[in-house]
Amino acid sequence: MTLKILYFASLSEAIDETAESFDMQPGMTTLGALRTALGELHPELLTTKNLRAAVNRNMCDWNAAIKDGDEIAFFPPVTGG
Amino acid sequence: MNEIAVQAADFDVGAEISALSAADPEAGAVASFVGLVRGGEVRAMTLEHYPGMTEAALADIVTAAKKRWKLRTVRVIHRVGRLLPGERIVFVGVASAHRGDAFAASEFIMDYLKTQAPFWKKEETAAGARWVDARTTDDHAARRWQSGGED
Repeated sequence: MTLKILYFASLSEAIDETAESFDMQPGMTTLGALRTALGELHPELLTTKNLRAAVNRNMCDWNAAIKDGDEIAFFPPVTGG
Repeated sequence: MNEIAVQAADFDVGAEISALSAADPEAGAVASFVGLVRGGEVRAMTLEHYPGMTEAALADIVTAAKKRWKLRTVRVIHRVGRLLPGERIVFVGVASAHRGDAFAASEFIMDYLKTQAPFWKKEETAAGARWVDARTTDDHAARRWQSGGED
């Protein structure tokens, strides 16, 4: 029951990680619940303003469902173009 | 030709524009946009992205544009890596039968690219490097296409 977690840009620098794996805990069924749990390891996930996330490469809101094997990415608001 | 390209290399604007209508007698209009690195205090800029998601997000934006307007060929190129002032960052080109669709779709694609495609800019200045903050004006620009008020 493992998730692949990715971090990008300023968030990745602040956490000093670009990728890690994380074991899902019982009852952890949403992106928001994962953020809260990971926030204990990386407080930046809770303090970054307007944090965004993607589940399997689709941008999602915090109510999005997550499941074993998902690729979850956290990042600040995008600034391309 | 792929609709979407995410690449470190520069692109030839003239060749890209020509290719949009080449061998397409139905194309009566081509609109294009080129985004550049602004100079001033910025000495260089590095663009990071999320490989895999970036291409998918850009493809989704092009698909949405094609549903909304009658378009012929669409091309989106976005560069990544380190770029200097004056260098090209992004190209959006749209061919359509009539100019209205090409103009509107180009702007729509850029507005959504700015808020939905996972790219991040880091600027180098004399004072050091800093990540560029997202602009709320970009969110507003993308949102106006949802309201149906201004288009």
